[in-house]
Amino acid sequence: MTVSLEINSITAHYGTTRVLEDLSLRVGAGELVSLLGASGCGKTTTLRLVAGFLAPTSGTISLGGRDITRVPAHRRDIGLVFQNYALFPHLSVRDNVAFGLKQRGMAPAERAAKADAMLERVGLSALAERYPSELSGGQKQRVALARALVIEPPLLMFDEPLSNLDAKLRIDMRVEIRQLQRANGTTSVYVTHDQEEAFSISDRVAIMHEGRIMQFDTPEELYQRPANAFVARFVGFENLIPMRVVARNGDMVTAEAPGGVALDFSQSRFGAIPDDFVLATRADGLAVTADPQAKGIPATLGLRTYLGRAYQYQCGTGAGHLIANGSLATPLSSGSSARLVPVPEQCCVLKPERI
Amino acid sequence: MTTRTSPVLVAIAALIFLFLVAPLVIIVGASLSDTTYLAFPPRGLTLRWFWNIFEIEAFRSTAITSFQLAVLGTTLSLLIGIPAAYALNRYRVELPKWLSTVYVLPILVPEIVFGFSLMKSVSVELGVSIFPSLLIGHALLVLPYSVRVVSASLASFDFSVEEAAISLGSPPLKTFFTVVLPNIRSGVIAAFILAFITSINDVSVSVFLTGPGISTLPIQLLAYMQQFFDPTLASVSVLLMIVTVAVMAVVEATLGLTFLTK
Repeated sequence: MTVSLEINSITAHYGTTRVLEDLSLRVGAGELVSLLGASGCGKTTTLRLVAGFLAPTSGTISLGGRDITRVPAHRRDIGLVFQNYALFPHLSVRDNVAFGLKQRGMAPAERAAKADAMLERVGLSALAERYPSELSGGQKQRVALARALVIEPPLLMFDEPLSNLDAKLRIDMRVEIRQLQRANGTTSVYVTHDQEEAFSISDRVAIMHEGRIMQFDTPEELYQRPANAFVARFVGFENLIPMRVVARNGDMVTAEAPGGVALDFSQSRFGAIPDDFVLATRADGLAVTADPQAKGIPATLGLRTYLGRAYQYQCGTGAGHLIANGSLATPLSSGSSARLVPVPEQCCVLKPERI
Repeated sequence: MTTRTSPVLVAIAALIFLFLVAPLVIIVGASLSDTTYLAFPPRGLTLRWFWNIFEIEAFRSTAITSFQLAVLGTTLSLLIGIPAAYALNRYRVELPKWLSTVYVLPILVPEIVFGFSLMKSVSVELGVSIFPSLLIGHALLVLPYSVRVVSASLASFDFSVEEAAISLGSPPLKTFFTVVLPNIRSGVIAAFILAFITSINDVSVSVFLTGPGISTLPIQLLAYMQQFFDPTLASVSVLLMIVTVAVMAVVEATLGLTFLTK
């Protein structure tokens, strides 16, 4: 049973604060979509709206084409996995997993058998008689996962499920979650503030900020082609350089950075370039060279740090403070003059906005 | 590693223990005294003062009233207190801060004032008859214990557990009984015991609300003491002690007393 989730221009207020602003999101059948953002960005609110614990001020939510905006939470059939596990302390592991089946009126023997089968899938058969207080964090989260999966929900939602686990276990668990989700083909929404986690586990990621989705795309697209300055900064583009076009010659556009240097851009590579734009690069996308003739931004080098694969320099330029990488073969000393040459493959052209 | 105990500390602890236990020993002793006045150490041993309790109709009827009030009043206070404690914890962010203080007012207000104002409002103005007035008084008197003790339990309850149950298809009301209540059970029992003991011992509120024909055991004890000063007083006290110890023993055997300190 794979269905899609559609959130249509949801607005949510919390008291007088607007938490979500005209938010729309479509999660395809069988897809795993992450909501990624800092705390307070509205990702958890979105999840709680879909789960039915909050009601939107306006907008609709539909699951498999059925409008569930006004359906009470207990009739939404959505599997939830919580950050703090939220296991029933007074029930054994088996009864925890069987809880949802019991609500569905399944006979005791049948639900115990189904719960045991699900526990086997998450590798916890041996612990069926235990109580949650006797389990480790990783085991608890597996029980929570089994409990959510056993009701075969059309939609599975995760609220920062791995935040309370240590780093090693977090990586193992996210692989496990992804494998189970793939095997079942369950449409899933995954809320996290951890970029690596979101990118590694998801088909698509919605990067959220102040109640809006800034960009909704595949991890690859987000990482390589951020759509705006916010997302660019979020995925680690350290350098956002405002540029102004000074000449156009067919495909080639010449633009000037603050400080006066002119650089050439090919529109066939970057798409149509507006008169004002922002050149975004990571430190890797600005090559440091001592050659005074190189076509790059003049810079005075500051602190040099060793990254293993390159040296990284803090640079003072006419375009402000930039971070650039230089080759290990020719370390340059602090205070010397250099040029920062943009590497076209690693640059993005963004529309100007307040950055 | 062995714990070093200072002899001074041991002496102080022993003194405090003596201070707590000595009055009880004296009462037990006095209740057995074969004299017509309270005497310690007892002169001669007899159980006749215990029989005397059951022969005095006033003690019998007030004991029953006290017990009824304690059970009904405590139950009533829990019926109000549990939902109140739930709401205060569940919606802590949304609800105004002063609201939780309202529920402890009966402890904060001097009991005499509380009793007097109940008499003026409930008995006199509203004309409620004696037993219902007493019941209202006792329920309100012990309400702070219900709310606070159950609240303490709920404070450590993770409400996402409740949401998990709802997401798995359990309706909210059913979830309260099958998931929330079992997890705050010890708090509810502790609240019941504290409230019960407070109710059964109460004098200052009850004294304003009792009337012709209906009184409580502590009030009857006071009234009896003004006329007679025989060991019956001590034997009633001993009986109350035995009941309390028995309740505690049952609790200790089933739940362990440690939950009271939680």
